[in-house]
Amino acid sequence: MKAFLKYREIWLFAAIVVLIGLISTRFPAFADPGNLRQVFNDTSILMILALGQMVVILTRSIDLSMASNLCFTGMVVAMLNAAHPAIPIPLLIVIALLVGLVLGAINGLLVWRLNIPSIVVTLGTLTIYRGATFVLSGGAWVNADKMSADFIGFQRAAFLGIPVLSWIAILVIALFFILMTRTALGRSIYAIGVNPTASVYAGIDVGRTKFIVFCISGMIGGLSGYLWISRYVIASVEVANGYELNIIAACVIGGISIAGGIGSVGGAVLGALFLGIISNALPVINISPFWQMAISGSAIILAVVLNARGERQQGRIILRKVEAVT
Amino acid sequence: MTDIPAPRHIPDRLDKPFRSAIFSWEALLVVVAVAIFAINSFASPYFLDPYSLSDLTFNFTEKGLIAFAMALLIISGEIDLSVAAIIALASTMMGMAVQAGAGTPVLVLIGIVVGLGCGAFNGLLVTRLGLPSIVVTIGTMSLFRGIAFIILGDQAYKGYPSSFAFFGQGYVWWVVSFELVLFLIAAVVYRFLLHRTSFGRRVFAIGNNPVAAQFSGVRVGRTKFILFCLTGLMSGIASVLITSRLGSTRPSIAQGYELEVITMVVLGGVSILGGAGSILGVVLAAFIMGLVTFGLGLLNVPGIVMSIFIGLLLIIVIALPIVWRRLRGGR
Repeated sequence: MKAFLKYREIWLFAAIVVLIGLISTRFPAFADPGNLRQVFNDTSILMILALGQMVVILTRSIDLSMASNLCFTGMVVAMLNAAHPAIPIPLLIVIALLVGLVLGAINGLLVWRLNIPSIVVTLGTLTIYRGATFVLSGGAWVNADKMSADFIGFQRAAFLGIPVLSWIAILVIALFFILMTRTALGRSIYAIGVNPTASVYAGIDVGRTKFIVFCISGMIGGLSGYLWISRYVIASVEVANGYELNIIAACVIGGISIAGGIGSVGGAVLGALFLGIISNALPVINISPFWQMAISGSAIILAVVLNARGERQQGRIILRKVEAVT
Repeated sequence: MTDIPAPRHIPDRLDKPFRSAIFSWEALLVVVAVAIFAINSFASPYFLDPYSLSDLTFNFTEKGLIAFAMALLIISGEIDLSVAAIIALASTMMGMAVQAGAGTPVLVLIGIVVGLGCGAFNGLLVTRLGLPSIVVTIGTMSLFRGIAFIILGDQAYKGYPSSFAFFGQGYVWWVVSFELVLFLIAAVVYRFLLHRTSFGRRVFAIGNNPVAAQFSGVRVGRTKFILFCLTGLMSGIASVLITSRLGSTRPSIAQGYELEVITMVVLGGVSILGGAGSILGVVLAAFIMGLVTFGLGLLNVPGIVMSIFIGLLLIIVIALPIVWRRLRGGR
């Protein structure tokens, strides 16, 4: 099983190398280490978000509200910063994590306590959180000139030659790697995705674990809220509109099965990188950015087709729906 | 490996509590609709006016048309997130045809055929290759709208013939618009299809247990394929209506409609897990969403705030019966 997962990531990694190779035939400077570091930095936020979405998808759930959570939390920290520039940035990040946690916990409670399917809950909160951003801001924008220099500069500061944003991404990747491979919670997340009924018999509280994964994805959404706003230096209601589907696309390309139980930290990171490379490469090889949507759409379909061929070897799961209900 | 669940008792007719539960769901929707209608007429003096009410219907007719086909698709256990992208692609193709000098009948034909083709493409991927529909249609959603963006970029198609305007702007009789008539006809047709034909029974059977349906001789793949084609077809028709109403095509047309359509279907009492639902519920949900958005619009509430109400409505209406059952069970 583990060798099989590794095989899939190596496969995706090879696809990324080929992609970079193809791009550098048209634009040799693309494969420069400096430029690749830049691409990594540009993709950091998507990678972080994809990891948050991954733990949710692994438990056979989905979080459609991540982009709206990002938008709301981003507005909260931007307005706080505009009103009280003295608040230190680390405290602001903690606030972003907490606000995100609350929004995620609302999703999680509805899924856990009321047993509403997660797609319905997060479809609702997707519109509610974005609407709440409008109510909070009164429709106004927070521009760069209202943000403090620290707010904008924090993630751009270089540490050991790499921007802080990239370091945050590396830290989050490391934390998720430990969570998924070295903790009981990580094991139970996989177990629930593979077989919820068996997990109950194994003593796992399925509902509570789902609540926790929504809290995790909420915190990730909140953290990304600060990172996004300070990167693109504008907070508005339109921030990251429709981005929830990009996050899911990164997961799907990374080989995370929407049916739950299959997927890894490496896959989610590579899936996000794949999308990041495409969006970074199109302008430099003179392809209109309007092509990006169709290309990533084709990549998603191709990825599902290839992944499905792998999954089929696991044998048929009969009567999955009935299992899920009982 | 896995325990086979004990055989369940299968009654010839659905027993009473289940039937009354379905009844009360639609009753709940009626109550909500009447309440919102009453609140609206108190809140704004402009609400109870035939012309206002006629305008109101444009808020839900196009999405409602897609919601009927989507309801069947969700009942069968699948989903289609690409419907809004199909609208964009079909509209773009119609725009191209206009530039080539096509007349109104050809335009309508193109819109419908492109919609049907996109639906068939989704259906083939899901049924032939056995892929999960939610992921496939996230992919085709980017692909279809992406093609529209490649063709149009930041441009727009205009110059639709004046006879084409009838579909989205025309009235059949007094304040009754063509769109509303089409919506009502589609409601009757889909109600018949789902609740009165063996095809409808097969859709429910597949949604409740695809494996058992397969062993009972239902051609699961073919039925699902037809449902994807139907959803594509309805999106094509909706595309004709929207393009005709707006009189222009941009690649961002109908952005975000897919989530509103699904909200409508779920609000209408269709189980997102498949196997249960009714067309009457979807019709009521369409009315409710139209009433909420239009009523709030009359009160000058911005669209983004309205979406809070729609989101809350969705969660509350789903959560209410569950909380109610739990409270009664607890006593």
